[in-house]
Amino acid sequence: MKYMLLINAAMDDETGPAGNGCTVEDWMAYDKAVKEAGIFVTGHSLADLVTATTVRVGPGGERTVTTDGPFAETREVLGGYYVIDVPDLDVALDWAARCPGSWGGGSVVVRPVAEF
Amino acid sequence: MDERAAETAAPTGPAGERAAGPATELPAESAVEAVFREERGRLLAALARRFGDLDLAEEVTSEAIEAALVHWPVQGVPPKPGAWLMTTARRKAVDRLRRDTAYAARLAILGAEAERADPVPSPGPDADLPDERLQLFFTCAHPALPAEDRVALTLRCLAGLTTPEVARAFLVPAETMAKRIVRAKKKIREARIPFRVPGPDELPERLPGVLQVVYSVFTEGYAASSGPDLQRRDLAEEAVRLARILRRLLPAEREVAGLLGLMLLVHARRDARIGPGGELVLLDDQDRGRWDRTMIEEGRGLVVLALTGGPPGPYGVQAAIAALHDEAVNVATTDWPQIVALYDVLLTLTPSPVVALNRAAAVAMRDGPEAGLTLLDELAGEPRLRDHHPYPMARADLLSRLGRFAEAATAYREALGLAGTEAERAHLRRKLDAAESAAPGGAPRG
Repeated sequence: MKYMLLINAAMDDETGPAGNGCTVEDWMAYDKAVKEAGIFVTGHSLADLVTATTVRVGPGGERTVTTDGPFAETREVLGGYYVIDVPDLDVALDWAARCPGSWGGGSVVVRPVAEF
Repeated sequence: MDERAAETAAPTGPAGERAAGPATELPAESAVEAVFREERGRLLAALARRFGDLDLAEEVTSEAIEAALVHWPVQGVPPKPGAWLMTTARRKAVDRLRRDTAYAARLAILGAEAERADPVPSPGPDADLPDERLQLFFTCAHPALPAEDRVALTLRCLAGLTTPEVARAFLVPAETMAKRIVRAKKKIREARIPFRVPGPDELPERLPGVLQVVYSVFTEGYAASSGPDLQRRDLAEEAVRLARILRRLLPAEREVAGLLGLMLLVHARRDARIGPGGELVLLDDQDRGRWDRTMIEEGRGLVVLALTGGPPGPYGVQAAIAALHDEAVNVATTDWPQIVALYDVLLTLTPSPVVALNRAAAVAMRDGPEAGLTLLDELAGEPRLRDHHPYPMARADLLSRLGRFAEAATAYREALGLAGTEAERAHLRRKLDAAESAAPGGAPRG
């Protein structure tokens, strides 16, 4: 069963994500572990929030484009994701706990991928 | 009384004796249902585990029990009733899956994966039906479910209460409870919360969640075990029953013994806790002759088990405190130094202002009201005690004992504004009246 791990970084202020004490090595080790376990489906790290753009289309088809942020009030921001294929939620939660994104004030939301 | 006996009686006892007789000798259907209650949980657990789907398991469990109610009085109880029920339920599940192939395909994938992750243990050669309820306990109390859903599911699936019964127990409309249970089952199914017992490395982390569910069933029953609502005493008894099942499934876990011990030692006082007019009687004023000695003895034995062979856990320590109360002839001869020492341990295990409040009350008994009041006043700013009526109530009691009746009356009034049940409010009103009439210059009552 596939689960998406949405990695949320805690925001310090409008300038960017707070450091949660994780090093590049922590992330590389996690990425390697996910791939070696044979559960990796896909995953990406996202560029800074200031590069994000939001599109909305109204009922008349009119397009509104907004630039997100800086959000002083935002506490957590999606910084990346993994999709993993594991037998059940407990295994997915274990992988979420191992993910450096869940440490030091960050969080990882685990969402099952809907199957049709 | 003995739950073990009750359980073994379900397949071979009363129903077995009646098997030869005509159907009319069967007890009323509800009584038969009660006999099946325990069996129901076992069957449900085994089927949920096998098919990975709680809805399907519930449906075919009910159908199998209905089939037993029809066939056994006529054909006699089969030699292995549990296996009969299981076979019948499985056959019904297979029928259902044949009718709904899309559903079957999905479950087949789930089943194969679950099997790979955690192979099903084969039952022992003598076992009529393998007891897989422990898996179900852990699923129902899974931390990924909201706390209120855990309690509801456990009562529904393991205590065998119907959804309207669960709803009544929690004083919510049946429809609300039905929605809650549907939502929880949906999450189990769609997020695939597994039916498995956590491994030894995870057990210390996950077991407290299961115990918490059982204990909150108990405290929910206890919070209002007075007045017209006798349904709630049933709830305390359900909690005891669930803890007994857990105790049998996890005999080596000392905290399970501690939890069962704690509940028995508190529940032993149930009759003395309610006065002739249905009013609440607090520990100090209870007629200790009305305490259930058999239950206390059993509880004390469990305390010994809970506190031997390793560091104590919070339920074991609370059970030991309850045992000291139950062993004392009256409040004055209660072993307060030992109770304070146990609260000290409990504070290190589960630091909380509520524990600190109870400890302060025990210190007041050991060292006098002044010492207790000093400790209580140190807790004044605690947010968790702000709406907790036992806090102003404890202060009021100590202020009364110190003869500071006007302050006591103020604190009783504060408690009165926060108290949850009518019985508690009635108790506080009596205390308030006493404090007001004792206060110098207090308004004469009349």
